[in-house]
Amino acid sequence: MAEGFALWARLRPYRAVLASRARSQASYRANFALDLVSSLLAALVELAEVWVLFHAVTRLGGLEFHQILLVFGLADLAFSLADLAVGHCDNLPTYVRAGTLDVFYLRPQPLLLQLVTSDVTLRRLARAAVGLVALVAGLATSDISWGVGSVALLVVALTSGCATFGAMFVWAGACQFFLIDGAEMTNAFVYGGRYAATQPASVWSRPLKVVFGFFFPMAFTGFLPTLRLLDLPAPPWLPTWLGWCGPLAALWAWAMALLCWRWGVRHYRGGGG
Amino acid sequence: MSAIVETDGLTREFTVRDGLRRRRLTAVEDLTVRISPGEAVGYIGANGAGKSTTIKMLTGILVPTTGTVTTCGLRPVKDRRRLARQVGVVFGQRSQLWWDLPLRESFRILAAIHSLPAAVERARTDELVERLEMAEFLGTPVRQLSLGQRMRAEVAAALLHAPRLVILDEPTIGLDVLSKQRLREFLVAERRTRGTTLLLTTHDMGDVERLCDRVLVIDHGRLAYDGDLAGLGRATGAERVLAVDLAGPSADLTGIPAARHLSSEAHGLRQRLAFDAEATTAARVFAAVAERAEVLDFTVEEPDIEDVVRRIYAARR
Repeated sequence: MAEGFALWARLRPYRAVLASRARSQASYRANFALDLVSSLLAALVELAEVWVLFHAVTRLGGLEFHQILLVFGLADLAFSLADLAVGHCDNLPTYVRAGTLDVFYLRPQPLLLQLVTSDVTLRRLARAAVGLVALVAGLATSDISWGVGSVALLVVALTSGCATFGAMFVWAGACQFFLIDGAEMTNAFVYGGRYAATQPASVWSRPLKVVFGFFFPMAFTGFLPTLRLLDLPAPPWLPTWLGWCGPLAALWAWAMALLCWRWGVRHYRGGGG
Repeated sequence: MSAIVETDGLTREFTVRDGLRRRRLTAVEDLTVRISPGEAVGYIGANGAGKSTTIKMLTGILVPTTGTVTTCGLRPVKDRRRLARQVGVVFGQRSQLWWDLPLRESFRILAAIHSLPAAVERARTDELVERLEMAEFLGTPVRQLSLGQRMRAEVAAALLHAPRLVILDEPTIGLDVLSKQRLREFLVAERRTRGTTLLLTTHDMGDVERLCDRVLVIDHGRLAYDGDLAGLGRATGAERVLAVDLAGPSADLTGIPAARHLSSEAHGLRQRLAFDAEATTAARVFAAVAERAEVLDFTVEEPDIEDVVRRIYAARR
């Protein structure tokens, strides 16, 4: 109990900032409602793409529509939640130009933690809702033998998916310490990664498999857990137990993100590297 | 007493890309300075002379290329987080505040960031609000504040955690006379009551004269002068100027001891006399003028900081 209080107190700086961000976004109601609607429409268009695709085919990469919904739902929900919490990190150049980053240096918290907790984007809730609906629809229409294992798999897949996408945003931000107009390049991987993650990895071309299967572990956020959950045969290059390996993928993604962040910060401070 | 800022051979180079070629540019070169607790130091120099780079090294934002720096007894880069509790920085051009929130909220968040206990937070906020006269706009979103109001709020934000060392980068830039005056009075009082060390960069000689007892001049990254303000005037031979409005047209007021006639306007109704502050006083010059003509009004112009700095630069070449 006492430790709980101590932790709560230690989180006070972050709580204060985040609560104020949330309040400020929700306080302009009409504006916030509009933001929610536009965010919702964008998410629906992406879902519609999948649906339209299935007018032409009945199976994609060995999966049927309701199974694809699971892949889409898992990956999109994880992405939206990560985007809500840390999506602002790939906006790093704005922070640098406005001097906000220098201001972070003058405060007694770790730099990255300050950046991550400096904002939330509540309008992404609409996007997350679409992901959640797709996921629930996919779960309801698929033949799943429910038990402790399948629930655990879902929870593991979602949390590690969120963490993986969160790492992608941090990585993208860190790269922009070096790259001029780096957002163009990092967007290709962050948003390209999100798109790839909502598709079955079995249809990816070989370079995509390398990039989004392992380097940026996108297959671990939707496709692999879905195969495991539905007990479907995996493509020959992927064993199905990989469906449980989301946490490893998240660890790898964060290791890469933190390494890039370190380099980036050293570059910014001009300490070599 | 141990120094609050101590640098030794502090140097910072930047690599700039010039088309395909890379050039090394030295922003700060071999800076060795010691500032004792409680001092108020004006850090002046032309744009691009290396002032901001120095401040960034003192606060741990930039890593020195060579040389060492100690701030509040800590190594700024390694001990950044501990240092942040003891230093407050006001960047005239970048904000610490949350633009879309009422000012009161920014103070609340900053108190949380510095983990101030509730009682301390209340007492300090009340104190700053009163002394910087911010009560009337505490509930206003920061983006709607006037420049003068915002600057006071920025200063309060940087001082909320009662830092030992306060660094102000161009704190009065763009402020009207009254706002400048208020801010200076506050800083003087804060220093008197808390023994706070002040380090400020400015283009405003008034800031230096009213706030600082020591001046550092930096030129092309190198320390060009370190001493008190009077000595700076001596070193550069900068003169003060007495401008007088006379009752009737008069001949040029030449031949006043230690003073030099500069200009006459409107048939000698308004005249300007330069005098060396070391050799005479404004009162003596004024008395000499009053003997020869009836004076309606007068002002004393202080040496322009740009002029002082220019003279230092010229003397060094």
